[in-house]
Amino acid sequence: MALVTDQPPAPPAPLPTAARGRKLIPYWLLLPGILWLLVFFAAPLVYQASTSVQTGSLEEGFDVTWHFATYWDALTEYYPQFLRSVAYAATATALCLALGYPLAYLIAFKAGRWRNVLMILVIAPFFTSFLIRTLAWKTILSDGGPVVSALASLHVLDVTNALGVTEGHRVLATPLAVVCGLTYNFLPFMILPLYTSLERIDARLHEAAGDLYARPLTTFRKVTFPLSMPGVVAGTLLTFIPATGDYINAELLGSTDQKMIGNVIQSQFLRVLDYPTAAALSFILMAAILAMVTVYIRKSGTEDLV
Amino acid sequence: MERYQPRTTVNRRTLLRAGGAGALAAGALASLAGCGIQPAGRPDGALGASEDRSAHERTLAFSNWTEYIDIGSDGTSRPTLDDFRRSTGVEVTYTEDINDNVEFFGKVSKQLAAGQDIGRDLICVTDWMAGRMIRLGWARRLDAAHMPNAYANLAPGFRAPDWDPGRVHSYPWTGIPAVIAYNRKATGGRTVDSVSQLLDDPRLKGRVGLLSEMRDTAGLTLLDMGKRPEDVTAEEYDAAVTRLRRARDRGQIRRFTGNDYTGDLNKGDIAACIAWAGDLVQLQADNADIRYAIPDAGYMLSSDNLLVPRTARHQRNAERLIDYYYQPKIAARLAAAINYVSPVAGLRDELAKIDKRLADNSLIIPSEAMLAKAHAFRSLTAAEDKAFEAAFSELTGA
Repeated sequence: MALVTDQPPAPPAPLPTAARGRKLIPYWLLLPGILWLLVFFAAPLVYQASTSVQTGSLEEGFDVTWHFATYWDALTEYYPQFLRSVAYAATATALCLALGYPLAYLIAFKAGRWRNVLMILVIAPFFTSFLIRTLAWKTILSDGGPVVSALASLHVLDVTNALGVTEGHRVLATPLAVVCGLTYNFLPFMILPLYTSLERIDARLHEAAGDLYARPLTTFRKVTFPLSMPGVVAGTLLTFIPATGDYINAELLGSTDQKMIGNVIQSQFLRVLDYPTAAALSFILMAAILAMVTVYIRKSGTEDLV
Repeated sequence: MERYQPRTTVNRRTLLRAGGAGALAAGALASLAGCGIQPAGRPDGALGASEDRSAHERTLAFSNWTEYIDIGSDGTSRPTLDDFRRSTGVEVTYTEDINDNVEFFGKVSKQLAAGQDIGRDLICVTDWMAGRMIRLGWARRLDAAHMPNAYANLAPGFRAPDWDPGRVHSYPWTGIPAVIAYNRKATGGRTVDSVSQLLDDPRLKGRVGLLSEMRDTAGLTLLDMGKRPEDVTAEEYDAAVTRLRRARDRGQIRRFTGNDYTGDLNKGDIAACIAWAGDLVQLQADNADIRYAIPDAGYMLSSDNLLVPRTARHQRNAERLIDYYYQPKIAARLAAAINYVSPVAGLRDELAKIDKRLADNSLIIPSEAMLAKAHAFRSLTAAEDKAFEAAFSELTGA
C-alpha cells in the first residue's frame, strides 16, 4: 500500500495514453465481429476440416487418421452431382441476370413515384418461408395445371423435351423445374445489388452521352452497363454461391437425376452417418466456389469496385 | 541504410510474418488432430442415470411428430392430454418438433452422446431409430410395474421387436403399415396392387412415387421378390436395390419422398405409390379417387415408439403418460383422431362407440387376415445400417 501515492508518475502524461486509447478503438469495434466469426465460422471450419480427415464409425467414434483419400473418393464418386450443381447454379444465375437487370433498370430510372412500391414487391417473397415458396411451385407446375397444359399446347414442351430439360408431359421432377425454382428463389438477391448500383448512376451522364451523339444502345453499352458492373458482380455472386449449395429445390422439384451436391452432403451427414465424406464434400464445394469466384472477379476486373 | 534493404533479406517484419504463419499452420494442424468425435455409445451406462425429479416436479416434456395427437374443437387444446393432467396432476409440455428421424437424431445425438440433458423426457421415433438409440445406450429401461395398463394391453403383434426384446426400453405410440396407394383418376380407373406393377407397368411411367424411408421401400420390394425382410441378407438387399435401380433408370419412378407424397397423390401427379396407411385414411376422406391395396406378397408394418432419453428428469411421469395412453378408452380417442394403427389391444368396442366406420377400417384395426401379411425389417448392425443406407442413398440420386 505504501506504493500508492497521491502523485501519479507524471512523465508519460495524459496525451499519449489518450492517443493509445484512440488507436485501440478500431480493434474494440472489430471485436464483436471477430468473436462472432471465430465462434461461428472459424471454429466450425476447423472442426469440419478435422472431421474430413477422420475415420471411424458412430459407435467407435472418429479419430483423426489424416485419411486424405476421403477427398479423392468423394470427388470420384460424386463429381456428377458437383458438375450438375455448378451447371444448374450458373444457368439460374444467368436467368436471374436476364430477368433482374431490366427490372432493376426500370426501378432505378423509370419507376418514378412507383419506385418504393416496386422495391417492396421485389422483397415481398421474403416475407414467406423459402420452403413454402418452393412448395408453391409444385402446385404451379403440377402436371394437370394450367402452366404445363399451356406449355404443351404451345409445343414448348416439345422443344424442352428435345433439349432434355423436361420429360414427356411434365415439368416437375425435371431439370427445368429445379432451375426455375432456383431462379425464382434467388432473384431478389440479384435485383437488390443491381438496383443499388444502377440507382447511384448520375442521370446526367446519360444526357452527356446523348449530347455526344451516342444512341441509347451505345449509351447503355458504354456508360450504364460498365458503371453497373459492381452490381452485376455482387448480384451474380450472391445468386451463384448459395444456389450451388442449395438442396431444397432439387429435393422438392427434382427427381433422382436432379440431385445436387447439397443433397449428397445432407444424405451423407444425416442418413449414412458418414461424417468424413460429408465434411470432405463441403470442403471441396467451398474450394471450388472460391476458385471460381476468384477467377470471375479477376476476369471481370472489378476488384476495386466490389 | 534503412531505405537500402534488398527485398530478399530477412528483416524483422518478414521473420515475424513467417513465424506467425508457421505458428498458425502448426496450431491449425494441432487443433485438427485434437478434434476427433467421441464414441456415441456408452452402453456401460457410465453417464446414464440422472436423478428422477418426478416426485416433486409434476411436469413432463414430450416431443412428438406433427399431427400425431387429438386436437379439440377449438383447434388448439389437446383433450386427451388435458384429461391426463386432470387425472394425474402432471403438466405436459407437448412439442411437435420431430419431423424426420435422421434430422432429429442429428439434432440431439451430440448431447445424448455426451450425457447432457436434451430437455425432453419422452420422445417418439420410428422403430429402427429407436433400435439405434437403444443400441447406443441412450434410452432408459422402463419399469413395467409402473405401467400395468401398458403391460397388459400391448397388442401381441408389437410385443417382441428384435431391436427391443420384451419391450424393455420402448412402447409403441402407433403402428404404421406401408401399403400401395393409387389415384384412380390418374390411373384411368385401373387398380394397382403390387410392387411389380409399380416398377414395371409402362402406363405408370414417370408417375410412381416411392418412400425415402429405406426399410419401407426396400422391404416391400423384397416381399414382392419373395424374400422375407425379417431375415434379409446383404445379397437379397442388393438384388432388391438393383431391381429398384433398373426401374429408376427406365424413368419409371418420379420421386422418392417423405410425407410430401400426399399432395402429389391427391393432385394425380403421382398416380400410384407406396404410402403410409394413416395418411390414406385422411386422403380418402378428402378425395374419393384415392384407393389402397395390400399386396398379396405382404406389407411392411413399422411403428413409432416412445422412448425415455437417458438424460430425462421425469421418467416416472413419462411412465404415467405411457400407461395412460394404453387404456383402451384413451387409445380409441387417439386412434379416432390420427387414424393410425393402434398398438393397444381391446380397442374395437371403444372405437366403435366413437365412430363405427373407423372401427371397421382395417387400416386402423387390422383384420386377422391383414395382420398375417404384416412384415418387419430386421434390425441391422451398425455396419449393415451404414452400407444399406449408402446403397439406398445412391438409389435416390444422392
